[in-house]
Amino acid sequence: MEYLMSTFILYGLTALLLIISFRKDRMKTRMALRKALKAIENILPEFLVVILLVGFLLALMNPTVISSLIGADSGLWGTILALLVGAVTLIPGFVAFPTAAMLLQGGAGYMQIGGFISSLMMVGVVTFPVEKRYFGTKVTLLRNGTAFVFSIIVALGIGFVMGEL
Amino acid sequence: MRQIIQRYRAFLVVLIVMGILFLFNRDLGGATFQKAGHTIWEMLFIIPPIFVLLGLLDVWVPRETMVRFMGERSGVKGVLLAFLLGSAAAGPLYGAFPVASVFMRKGVKFSNIMVFLGAWSTTKIPLILFELQSLGVRFALTRLAMNIPGILIIAWILSRIVSEDAQRAVYERNTETQS
Repeated sequence: MEYLMSTFILYGLTALLLIISFRKDRMKTRMALRKALKAIENILPEFLVVILLVGFLLALMNPTVISSLIGADSGLWGTILALLVGAVTLIPGFVAFPTAAMLLQGGAGYMQIGGFISSLMMVGVVTFPVEKRYFGTKVTLLRNGTAFVFSIIVALGIGFVMGEL
Repeated sequence: MRQIIQRYRAFLVVLIVMGILFLFNRDLGGATFQKAGHTIWEMLFIIPPIFVLLGLLDVWVPRETMVRFMGERSGVKGVLLAFLLGSAAAGPLYGAFPVASVFMRKGVKFSNIMVFLGAWSTTKIPLILFELQSLGVRFALTRLAMNIPGILIIAWILSRIVSEDAQRAVYERNTETQS
């Protein structure tokens, strides 16, 4: 629902601005559209690779598998595993949060869920080809590396606040 | 033709590997292609408007304006703007990279781009509301309270670790691939 809403807003806003732009200057608008097309075409090869990798990961890591990986074992090992699973998976937030809630009910600790959610959102292993195309290998590695370390801190913080540490 | 194959080489390799996987494990292979199809469908919804908005931004907003608001000397204002733009965004993190690319061409400061990426990845407003609902107030607010300083600190660290030369190289990479 949240997903449909934001898509709707995104398309509405784009259409509105496009109409305003077209009324003000047709040539410029045509140029903007040409640039958009060119930019998509530029990144398409990397996107296609990511799509296949994401497909493979989603096929491999359905909610059942994820919950068997970060199940009731609430120890340090479970948290590390949760962080790693989060880093390599790419699932949208509107699927991730219900999955996380389900994992909590299944006996997973808050610390693991905090680590999983944080690294899921901030670290992108499968999207590496796309990120690298724009930022180069070095910056991409550094950004994901620091985001991963930060996710460890978030896991610890959540564990502390939730009374698990 | 050869040029096209060259550009799509990585894609073709992965495609062939997946094809072989399909031959050996019908279930997993089939599921992979089904999920990939689903992902393409999802991307079709998000990618075109983002790129059209970027095209419009590119054409209508002059470089000087972006530099003034988010450039080298934009100060707190630039950081705040990067944070708000990232948090107001829609869509997964890979949608943020092309936006960041246009920002680089328009002269937005490196650390502000990192703040923008951080905010887009984890403090998106609709997602925070959803997180509050599914995981509880205490969990969501703790994460938010850690994320806000965390994003700023990560951006600061990255702009320190990555030398000015390396930063310039990243910016140049984005002028040549786009124009």
